[in-house]
Amino acid sequence: MNGRQTRGRRPPAGAVARVTATLSLAVLVGCSGAENKQAPRHITYWEKWTGFEGEAMDAVIDDFNAGEVARAKADSSYAPIEVEKVTISNVEQKLLIAIAGGNPPDLAGNYSFYVAAYADGGALMDLGPMLAKAGFDRSAYIEHYLKLGEYRNKTWAVPIVPASIALLTNKRLFREAGLDPEHPPTTIEELDAFAAKLTKWEVTLPNGEKSIQVGYLPGVPDQKKRLIQAGFLPGEPGWWSYGWGYFFGGNLVDGPDKITAADPANVAAFDWVASFSKNLGIGVTKRFRSGFGNFASPQNAFLSGKVAMVLQGVWMHNFIEKYAPGLEWGAAPFPYPAAHPELALTTSADADVLIIPKDSPHPEEAFAFIEYVLQPKVLEKLCLGQQKFTPLKTVSEEFWRVHPNPYIRLFRELGMSKNAFSIPQTGIWNEYNRELGNAVDLIQNLTQPPAVVLKEVQTKMQAALDRNRRILARRDAK
Amino acid sequence: MSSLDSVNRRNGLLFCLPWLIGLAIFLIYPLIAALYYSLCDYSVLLPPVFIGLDNYADLISDPLFWKSLYNTAYYAAGSVVLGTVVSLTLALLLNSKVKGLGIYRTLFFLPSLMPIVAGSILWLWMYNGQSGIINTGLRHLGITGPAWLADPSWAKSAIVLMAVWGAGNAMVVYLAGLQDVPTSLYEAAIIDGAGFFQRLFNVTIPMISPVIYFNVVLSIIAGFQAFTQAFIMTGSTGAPERSTLFYVLNLYNVGFQDLRMGYASAMAWVLFIVILVLTFAATKLSKRWVTYDR
Repeated sequence: MNGRQTRGRRPPAGAVARVTATLSLAVLVGCSGAENKQAPRHITYWEKWTGFEGEAMDAVIDDFNAGEVARAKADSSYAPIEVEKVTISNVEQKLLIAIAGGNPPDLAGNYSFYVAAYADGGALMDLGPMLAKAGFDRSAYIEHYLKLGEYRNKTWAVPIVPASIALLTNKRLFREAGLDPEHPPTTIEELDAFAAKLTKWEVTLPNGEKSIQVGYLPGVPDQKKRLIQAGFLPGEPGWWSYGWGYFFGGNLVDGPDKITAADPANVAAFDWVASFSKNLGIGVTKRFRSGFGNFASPQNAFLSGKVAMVLQGVWMHNFIEKYAPGLEWGAAPFPYPAAHPELALTTSADADVLIIPKDSPHPEEAFAFIEYVLQPKVLEKLCLGQQKFTPLKTVSEEFWRVHPNPYIRLFRELGMSKNAFSIPQTGIWNEYNRELGNAVDLIQNLTQPPAVVLKEVQTKMQAALDRNRRILARRDAK
Repeated sequence: MSSLDSVNRRNGLLFCLPWLIGLAIFLIYPLIAALYYSLCDYSVLLPPVFIGLDNYADLISDPLFWKSLYNTAYYAAGSVVLGTVVSLTLALLLNSKVKGLGIYRTLFFLPSLMPIVAGSILWLWMYNGQSGIINTGLRHLGITGPAWLADPSWAKSAIVLMAVWGAGNAMVVYLAGLQDVPTSLYEAAIIDGAGFFQRLFNVTIPMISPVIYFNVVLSIIAGFQAFTQAFIMTGSTGAPERSTLFYVLNLYNVGFQDLRMGYASAMAWVLFIVILVLTFAATKLSKRWVTYDR
């Protein structure tokens, strides 16, 4: 399952708040109607978030709309823009259908990793000329996140809310295992050693008594032991399983035309992933994992203390507050192989982006809203509301002071790291991702060695990429 | 033609019109459009470009096409056999004269009323490797159950097993068929000294063979269209290790995730032809064993 979709499943937005806001806006518009005869320019914005993230966007839209009303009040010839937010589930798919059907919204929120596929399909408007006209200052933004919106030398999307991931630790379990909770692992080797110490079993002894034992127990048969706590599981939650190679210095693509799934660093990474299946046992791990509850629930493996260390994102803070408020947790950069200190601060860094669909009925008005959102103050408000950091290079002291996440500076530092990686910008990402998902299955089940699996992925996906290139070339030729 | 005839004809056509329009818009047009798109490179977003039989040629060398076709054939074969045996057995049992028969019939029919999504989620829990009801039951018998849906060697069979859940529909049809078998035939068989199994194989099954034929054909068609169970229970990748990547699931990925609608249309047409051939074969075979008493 695509982790990001799981992550998006939140409780419904505060509908009452929305209605109130719309009503108060209507009252405002009504009051100003006397002087300004211009009909408001109504635009539709498709949003993917519900819950607190959706409410943060609501606040920004309300500010924008109020500003437009005020402007129309001051200038009777100005027709105010009125943004209406519509929340859409699985927006990345429905948007495509809407664009294909010739009835797209004026503006939409999307994930950065769909930009390439959308652009290849001709679904997006090139924002470059409008950004240039508006005097957009690239240097104010973190380069890595800006690039997520760029593909084939055009700017298709602008980042608004970035994210990064880190190693989260359960400090209580560290203490119980005799580890220093303030000293998270810094190298992969250390992570392995800690993980072993944090792995707990209930073992049935020959006399029928049960005892709790720590570490990997290769000598005890599967029927005699039950895993009750894991130090680290590469598959939990497994949202970035495609990207393990990056933590070992690998890459999934080399430029737009070459697939590098079988890169030696990727193979090393997946050998490491497979080592957990070997140490814990495949059947044991599966039964243990099937006892985990939903991600967004107190039964989440990390929140319930079943797994001591997980690779997770900046948003996890919110889930901890909500489902495990007493959890003593820490965050640290994900470890690097001891032999490669240059790989410190490796993270996955993707972003929420704004796009204007091809054939948007009101592209200028939509861009006016984008321009508004890109202002540092507005971005800070939005990103603070969504409990993430901003894509800007400079951030106000106030932002840090009021931010609820105690590790927000760490996540931002990771996001700015030269080792930040993102989902490769290729039009065949969906296909590649499914192929890698299957590869991770084969590797974790120890069905085939990583080198063999990845070689096969590389061959297949190179063929798929070549096919995609041929199709694009044929389209361009027409 | 008298004026009454023409009025009747007009009224008849008018009454048929909603159905005809529906058929034309929602069946015939998509069918023909899909045939055309299967000969095109079509991303939905851009106008289709005619490429001849390229999509069909690509299908032959696509390992996922073959894998998903195999998985689907496995599922269809398994679910048709299992579903038929279970629903026929249930129908035979429920055709006897015992007390509270109505209650039993309702109970066995109920599960098939459950929407397939809800049923899939229910089974997802039943198949849970750690705390699922199936493995808990097995544990009481001293058996360590597999991690059903997480284990590539079990996942496909687990989804086949679910087919018994929907046996209620076929069961009702079989029951109707069974009740249509004249008692005089059984009386004659009993007088001739036929036992239970002789009556079953020489009277009951031949007499309801048209009903069996009907149900089997419907199950084959439904089996080849399996999608929801896998989509809900093991995700669109057909995990684990693509053991539950069914044909329609693969088609969905290609069409709606990768936006290769031309290729997906070609897949849809191949599936159409596969089902057509199988239905035709079943009909041909049926001439040998289906008896119509009229």
